[in-house]
Amino acid sequence: MQPTLHADTHAQASHHEEPGFWQKYIFSTDHKVIGIQYGITGLMFLFLGLCLMSVMRWQMANPGTGVPLVGPLLYHLLGESAVSKTGVISPDLYNAFGAMHGTIMVFLAIVPLAFGAFGNFVTPLQIGAPDMTFPRVNMVSYQFYFMGGILMLASFFIPGGAAKSGWTSYSPLATIADMNLRPNGQTFWIIGMVCLINSSLLGAVNFITTIIQLRAKGLSWMRLPFFCWAQFVTAFLLLLAFPPLEAAAVLQLMDNLLRTSFFLPTGLVVSGKLLHISGGGSPLLWQHLFWFLAHPEVYVLILPGMGIVTEVIANNTRKPIWGYRSMVYSILAIGFLSFIVWAHHMYLTGMGVRIATFFQTTTMVISIPSVVILTALFISLWGGSIRINTPMLFALGFLPMFGIGGLTGLPLGFNASDIHLHDTYYVIAHFHYIVAPGTIFALFAGIYYWYPKATGRMLSEYWGKVHFALSFVFMNLVFMPMFIQGMAGMSRRMYDGGATYASNGDVVGLSPYIIGLNTSVSHAVWALGLAQIPFIINFFWSLNWGKKVTSDNPWEATTLEWQTPTPPPHGNFDKEIEVVRGPYEYSVPGKSRDFTPQNEPDQPEPIPHGNPVRS
Amino acid sequence: MSEPSSSTRTLHVDEHTIEEMRHHMRRYLIVGVALAVGTGLTVWASLINFGSYEINIVVALIIASAKGFLVAGFFMHLISEKKMIYAVLSCTAFFFTGLFFLTLWSMAHENIIQIHLR
Amino acid sequence: MSLINQNPSHMEIPYAVKPRPDTGLYNAKVGIWLFLASEVMLFGALFCSYILMRVNAPEGTWPHHWLNIWMGMTNTIVLIFSSVTVVLSWASLKMGQFKRYKFYQSITILCALAFLGIKSFEYHDKFIHYQVNLKDGRIFDGHLQSAASTTNQFVFKGRFIDKPEELYNPPLEHAEEPPITIAKSDIKIDPTTKQPMMENYGPWHNTYLAIYFTMTGLHALHVIAGCIVIFAIWGPLAKVWEQDPERYVNRVEVSGLFWHFVDLVWIFLFPVLYLL
Repeated sequence: MQPTLHADTHAQASHHEEPGFWQKYIFSTDHKVIGIQYGITGLMFLFLGLCLMSVMRWQMANPGTGVPLVGPLLYHLLGESAVSKTGVISPDLYNAFGAMHGTIMVFLAIVPLAFGAFGNFVTPLQIGAPDMTFPRVNMVSYQFYFMGGILMLASFFIPGGAAKSGWTSYSPLATIADMNLRPNGQTFWIIGMVCLINSSLLGAVNFITTIIQLRAKGLSWMRLPFFCWAQFVTAFLLLLAFPPLEAAAVLQLMDNLLRTSFFLPTGLVVSGKLLHISGGGSPLLWQHLFWFLAHPEVYVLILPGMGIVTEVIANNTRKPIWGYRSMVYSILAIGFLSFIVWAHHMYLTGMGVRIATFFQTTTMVISIPSVVILTALFISLWGGSIRINTPMLFALGFLPMFGIGGLTGLPLGFNASDIHLHDTYYVIAHFHYIVAPGTIFALFAGIYYWYPKATGRMLSEYWGKVHFALSFVFMNLVFMPMFIQGMAGMSRRMYDGGATYASNGDVVGLSPYIIGLNTSVSHAVWALGLAQIPFIINFFWSLNWGKKVTSDNPWEATTLEWQTPTPPPHGNFDKEIEVVRGPYEYSVPGKSRDFTPQNEPDQPEPIPHGNPVRS
Repeated sequence: MSEPSSSTRTLHVDEHTIEEMRHHMRRYLIVGVALAVGTGLTVWASLINFGSYEINIVVALIIASAKGFLVAGFFMHLISEKKMIYAVLSCTAFFFTGLFFLTLWSMAHENIIQIHLR
Repeated sequence: MSLINQNPSHMEIPYAVKPRPDTGLYNAKVGIWLFLASEVMLFGALFCSYILMRVNAPEGTWPHHWLNIWMGMTNTIVLIFSSVTVVLSWASLKMGQFKRYKFYQSITILCALAFLGIKSFEYHDKFIHYQVNLKDGRIFDGHLQSAASTTNQFVFKGRFIDKPEELYNPPLEHAEEPPITIAKSDIKIDPTTKQPMMENYGPWHNTYLAIYFTMTGLHALHVIAGCIVIFAIWGPLAKVWEQDPERYVNRVEVSGLFWHFVDLVWIFLFPVLYLL
C-alpha cells in the first residue's frame, strides 16, 4: 500500500510558487503543519473532554438537580430523553458522557497531542530530516484522525445518543445497549475507533521509518535525543498493539450489525428475555483483545511525556541528563514488557491463580525501568544551575505527579489488594495522576518550550507561571481526594456519586465525609477549567503580540531542532547537518558557551588573547 | 520528477543482474510447484483418518507452516534480508506469541472450564 | 529565514529510491515491512479468536466440511499462481523487460479477480443455504430454490437430518438431491421471536460462520486493495518507468510484498476453515 504514496515529494518541491491556503494549511504534507493540525484539534478535544467531565461532576455533587447554564443548553441540543427541562442529565447521558470522556481524552486528545502533534513537529527536526519519509501518508493519517473525531462527535446527536458502555466498551454490555436502535452510538464508536486506529497505524509506520532511515549524518542511535527514543518506542507500541483492537472492533461491529455472537455467551438474558442470538461467544475475549492494546496504550500516553520532560530538564538544568544510556535501555524494556502485563486489568474475571501470578510478576517488573527513568531525571537536577521558566515548572511538576501516579499503581498490580481497590475511585485517581498532572503537564511543558520554534514568538512567562501554579494546585485538589474515596470503597461510574451506598441508620456504607468530598472535588474541577483560561488567551495572544525571539535558539539548546530557521521552512534545514556529538552537551568544561549544539564541528579552542601563559 | 536527468534516473542492468534474475526465476517456479504440491498434500492429509483428529490438525498446520515458510522465505526474500527487518519481525513474533499463548493460557484455565460446566 | 525557502535540493527526501548505506534499505521497504508486521498482529488476533471460539464450542458442535474443499483448493492454487507471476514480473523488470513485466502482472490481476469471483460464489452459496426446523421435530438442511418458491411454500434441494451430529459433519459426497417443497405453515415457530425457524448460513447462524465470514471478508478486502495497487502501478502510473525506473521497480517490489502476505494469510485460512 505504501509505494503509491511515498513519492510525492518531488512534485511538491518542483513548483516554486507559494501554495494556496488549502494546500498550505488543510491538505498540507509538511510534517510541521500536520503537527500543528494535530495540536490544535487535540487541544480542542482535550477541552471538550474536560467540559463533559465538568457536567458530570455537577450531577455527582448535586444528584438530581439541574445543571446551571449548561443544562438548558444541553436540553435544546440533545432533547428531552437525555436532559430534563430543568437541566437534570439522565443516567443514560451520564453514562454516555463518561464513556466519551474516556474515549476523547485517550484517543482524541492525549495520543494525538503527544504522538501526533509533538512527534510530527519535533521528531524530524530533531533528527535533522527534511520531512517524514512518507509525507502524504502523514496527511492521510491526520485525515483518518479527523474523521474518527467527527464520527465520535456526531454520535451524540443520533437517536439513543453516544456510546454509553465506558471507554472500555465491554461486551455484552456494549452490544446490548440500545439494541433496538441500530446503527447506534456504539456502532459510531466502533467505526470511529477503526478510523483512529488506522490513523495511528499509518503514523506509527511513518515515525519508525523516519527515525530509522532519515537520521542525519553522524546521528547514531546513542546520539539520538531521548524524545526521539520515546517516540520510537511509542510508535512500536501503536504499531503492534493497535491491530488486535482493530480485530476486536471488527468482531464487535459484526456483533453489532450482523447479529453474530463473538462476545455474547449462550443463553444471554436481557431484561428477562432470552436474546435471539446464536451464542457460543466469549465476553472475556473482548477484554483480552481490548487490554492487549489498552495497556501498551497507557505507555503510549506516558512515554512521549517523559521524552518532552527529559528535553526540558536537560535544557534548563544546563547539564547532561544523568544516565542517558540507562534511560534508553529502560524505555526499550518498558516497550517490551508493556505487551505482557495486560491481564492485570482482569484479575477479577476469575482468570485463575497461576496466570494471575504471572501477570502480577510482569507488572511488578515493569515498574523497575519506569523508576529508573524517573530517578535518572531526579538525579539530573542535582547540581544543575536550574533556570526556572514555565516549561521547566511544568516539567518539575511532572516528576512528583508521575511518581504518585506510578507508586499508587503498585497496590493495583498485586492481585490481593486489587480485589479491594478494583473499579473504585482509587483506580481513577491512580491513572489520572499519570495522565493528567503527568502527561498533560509534560504536554504543557512541550507547548511552552517549542512554541517559539513554531511561531517565532514566546508565550508570556508571567501568565505561563500563573497557569502552572493554578493547574498544579487544582489538579491535586481534584485527584488526591479520590484516593480516599476509593479506599473507602466508593465505586466508579455511579450516577448519584455513591449516594445509594451512603451510611443510613444501621446500614454501614459510605460516610458523609466520603460523599461530601464529591462537592470539593467538583469545585476543584471547575476551578481547574477556569485555570486554563490564561493559557488559552496566552496561546492566541502571543501568536501576534508575544515577545519576538531574537535568535533561532532562544533556549540555548543543543538538539538539532534549534539549528533551523524560525519558523522552520518547508524542508526544514538550510544547511547540511552533520552530527558530531551526543544530545545533551551542556556546560562542557573548556567551552566558551554552556551549550554545544550536536552539529557544531569540533575545533581547536581559540588561543586566549594576551600573552601565552607562562609556566 | 519534473526533469528526469538521464544520467541518474536509469536502471542499471548488467550481465550479472540478468544472470542472477534468471536464477531467481527458476527458483520461483520451483517454489511455486512446491506450493501447489503442498496444497494437494494438505487436502489429501485432511481426508485420511490417522486415528486421532489431533494428528490431522497437527499435520495440516505443519504443511501450512512449511508453505508459509516457502512464501515468506523465497517470494518475500526473507531468507536473505537485512538485519533491520529481522529485528522488526522478531519483535512482532515475540508480541504475537505473547498475545496468542497468554490469552489461550488464561482462558483455557481449569477454573473457567469449571464455571462453564456448572 | 522566511517561509518561502522552497529550495528543492533540501526538500528531497533521502533514501526514497536508493538504499541507506547503514540499513541497506530504501524507505518504502522499511515502511511496508512495518505495515506487514501490524497486519500479522491483526490476523494473529483473529486466528486467536478462532481458536477460542473453537475450544469454547460444546463437544461435537464445531462444523466440519461446511465449505466446498475443491473451491477452496482452486482458490489456493489461484493465489499461489498469482504470487508466482508477481515475483516473475518483478524479476523481468529488474532485467529491464517491461513488456514481460506487464504480461505477468496482468495475469496477477486476472487471478485476483478470479479469486474474488470464486469467493463471492461461495458466499452466495452460504446465503441461500438454510436450516429449517419443522413442527414435527424434523430438521431440514438445504439450498433454497428461490425461482420455484412462493411466500407460502419454499422449494429446497437438500435433505432431512436424522441425527443432529450430521448437521455439523455433513458427508463429503452426496448424490444429486431432488427438490423438496416445504409449506411455511409446517415450519416451527420460534418462541422468542415468534418467527418461523428458518435461518440461512449467514454470519449470525453460529460462531463458525461468524469467524469464517469475518476472516475471509477481511482477507478479501486485502485482495481488493492489493489488486487496486498492483493495477495502479501497472496502468496509470506506468509512465514512472520511463522517468525513474529504479523507483518503479521498488514500487513493484513493495506491492509484491503486500501481495505475498495476502497469499500467506490464505495459506493458513484454507486448512483452518475448509479442512479441519
